[in-house]
Amino acid sequence: MYVAVALVLVTLGTVVFHLVNPWWFTPIASNWGFIDTTIDITFWVTGTVFIAVLLFTAWCTYKYRYDPNRRSVYEPEDKKLEWWLIGLTTIGVIIMLAPGLVAWNEFVTVPKGAAEVEVLAKQWSWGYRFPGKDGVLGKTSVKLIDDDNVFGVDPKDAKGQDDVVIDDSELHLPLDKPVKLLFRSTDVLHNFFVPQFRAKMDIIPGTVTYYWFTPTKVGTYNALCFELCGTGHYLMRGTVIIDKENDFKAWLAEQPTFEKSMKEAARAANQGFAKLESGQAKPGNENSKRVF
Amino acid sequence: MAYVAPAPAEVEEVELYHAKSFITKYVFSQDAKVIAIQYSFTAIAIGVVGLVLSSMMRLQLGFPDSFSIIDPADYYQFITMHGMIMVIYLLTALFLGGFGNYLIPLMVGARDMVFPYVNMISYWVYLLAVLVLVASFFVEGGPTGAGWTLYPPQAILEGTPGSGGGIILMLVSLIFFIIGFTMGGLNYVVTVLQGRTRGMTLMRMPLTIWGIFIATILALLAFPALFVGGVMLLLDRVLETSFFMPAIISMGEQLEYGGGSPILFQHLFWFFGHPEVYIVGLPAFGIVSDLISVHARRHIFGYRMMVWALVAIGGISFIVWAHHMYVSGMNPWFGFFFATTTLIIAIPTALKVYNWVLTLWKANIRFTIPMLFALGFIVTFVNGGITGLFLGNTAIDVPLSDTMFVVAHFHMVMGVAPLMVIFGAIYHWFPLMSGRMLDETLGRIHFWVTFIGAYSIFLPLHYIGFQGVPRRYFEMGETNFIPPSVQDLNAFVTVVAVMVGFAQILFFYNLFKSMSSGEIAEKNPWKAASLEWQTPEQPPAHGNFGDELPVVYRWAYAYGVPGAKDDFVPQDMHPDEVGGEGAHEASKE
Repeated sequence: MYVAVALVLVTLGTVVFHLVNPWWFTPIASNWGFIDTTIDITFWVTGTVFIAVLLFTAWCTYKYRYDPNRRSVYEPEDKKLEWWLIGLTTIGVIIMLAPGLVAWNEFVTVPKGAAEVEVLAKQWSWGYRFPGKDGVLGKTSVKLIDDDNVFGVDPKDAKGQDDVVIDDSELHLPLDKPVKLLFRSTDVLHNFFVPQFRAKMDIIPGTVTYYWFTPTKVGTYNALCFELCGTGHYLMRGTVIIDKENDFKAWLAEQPTFEKSMKEAARAANQGFAKLESGQAKPGNENSKRVF
Repeated sequence: MAYVAPAPAEVEEVELYHAKSFITKYVFSQDAKVIAIQYSFTAIAIGVVGLVLSSMMRLQLGFPDSFSIIDPADYYQFITMHGMIMVIYLLTALFLGGFGNYLIPLMVGARDMVFPYVNMISYWVYLLAVLVLVASFFVEGGPTGAGWTLYPPQAILEGTPGSGGGIILMLVSLIFFIIGFTMGGLNYVVTVLQGRTRGMTLMRMPLTIWGIFIATILALLAFPALFVGGVMLLLDRVLETSFFMPAIISMGEQLEYGGGSPILFQHLFWFFGHPEVYIVGLPAFGIVSDLISVHARRHIFGYRMMVWALVAIGGISFIVWAHHMYVSGMNPWFGFFFATTTLIIAIPTALKVYNWVLTLWKANIRFTIPMLFALGFIVTFVNGGITGLFLGNTAIDVPLSDTMFVVAHFHMVMGVAPLMVIFGAIYHWFPLMSGRMLDETLGRIHFWVTFIGAYSIFLPLHYIGFQGVPRRYFEMGETNFIPPSVQDLNAFVTVVAVMVGFAQILFFYNLFKSMSSGEIAEKNPWKAASLEWQTPEQPPAHGNFGDELPVVYRWAYAYGVPGAKDDFVPQDMHPDEVGGEGAHEASKE
């Protein structure tokens, strides 16, 4: 008896907890509402099965509890019942899988007009690169990366000269414009995730990965690294700010192009060299990215 | 319809190896029962280390400001070693090396494993693997903190704790584990296929044996992928080959690597890693079927479907691995295939759940401790199984992967649920192994604390996963989307986790006390029909079945047979002794 009661309490407790607990998806701020819908559908299907199976179990433990004067019923198989259950389960699976595949199809099909922005991940910070006026990102190579050229942009590639390079964790994006984020890593695996946007993809050294989305709400969002990337993983945070288009343009215009950043670096290096010669500065690795 | 007498034995029995000295009997033993106990004790001992590690990480998550002794490197080492120990060195070793060794010969009616000497070596190589693993705690830099998935490039680079000796010893230990397991695994498969007694057809085997048998086949096919992955990663680390390593800048320095593929490792890892879930799952499915049937005093419902479901799950489990990699950066079009196969595997799995529950239907259920744990398994497995339908569906996996939802899901489905079965199985077979009963009251307290505790640890963690709380974060710090209540929850979960951890002391106390002074178990105390309880001695002696091997006349689930004199008919009871009309009924398959 008490077992049946306990099973009912566990089942109902789970349902009540599901309904009243304060934790749920962050309010969505992108076009991926259909993912949320698929999750709702899955909750309905699986929730029904969960409740039905456990309450039936509870009923059995009450109704068929031990009685020394009784024997269990001997009927080893019921083919019809089993095939019915398989059939119903299959229908349930189709109801969940179909919208899932539709959503995934959308997720992997980047719309033609999506603007490309590169996200560069390294232990344990973020950088961003916009294609500049020509609309094309310049070639890059890990081998070209140094203190000045943090993105490893090929200086010989004309398309890279006007790229806007942002060696900072804050990214601005325009509202309601589809954007395709291209991901590059210089060292280990990372993952760029803003919970409100729902989209997520690992970042892999040696290859370029991507996802696309359309921001639908102005605001400031936390971006977190979502793939274990070493001791500083939990400190690898970025910020995404969704602006109205004019604000975004104003912000972008203030950012340095690759060409400009290299010139400034060269000038700074010359000054540093002059200082070094006159004994004003000591050589050292002050720019070390190590957190610990 | 008269029964068909089993054919006379075609092959004469092979003489068993009879140990004479203490050392050959109990240390370097070739008796599967002794090896089983060696495996079990080693696995449980290292499992306790895994449990302590989980408490340490929970302390950090629950009270991030209070434990300054735990730094981020420690934390990542705790989670890595916790995961690796629990999945491989505890669950895999205990189900196959422990229960497999003990139960296969006894349940199929054999005197021992087919290759006893290889079986002995298997255990000693496993012990070596465990010792190498333990040694990694003591090398400079400590054990690896790369996460149990050991993803390169970070697993072997400087920014990860334990990238010195730790990762090398981890990989060496895994390689030893696989070598040891392969020796044991070949034994289990050959014994099931070749060592069955007369009348024990495959379709009369208890589901425990089916589960262990299919799981072992999976392991023999899946572990080689991990083996080559491990060897290649070791070469990348030690000889600086570039199997998995592209051109990299680590800590501002250009490394010598170039041209390798990090995703290749993930494919190798998960080609092993997904079947691994079922390597742990299928023995649990099998064992729990027997626990439910024996203690509900009813035949398992739909035995043949249960067998085919095990086979189907085993087969499909090899074509679902990339559902761990939906957001890994692999070709996104793979997602369609793997989401479809993953959701298809839910169908035979759901059928198993229905048949367990339908076994309880029209049964005569005794609420013994093994039955309680079996019910605990049903609850946690159903819960953990349905959250798998979320993660298996690519689009839903995108927001949820690498959040606490994933942590909650796999702990429920392949942590808590199999542990429920392991506990149930220990309470069930302890009288057979030791000749004594475990203490009933302590057992009940142990069950309720463990079950309710574990369920309230992992149920709420799903929901903070929706909120976007990541896994593998040393501390959450400042965000603008995680409410303070998440920290309260973390504190609650930590307190419950520590309580559940301490409740296991009750279990160990019960185990050790009952071994020496528990109530003497009557013969076949649960009135089970399968062969392991029909041995002349309890616990079974060397050679298991006395002078003559048993002859099997029926399946292992003849409970409640109409007309039979008792409510169960042992597999080896001659049809003339069954009594009443039941003789005919029970002689069918």
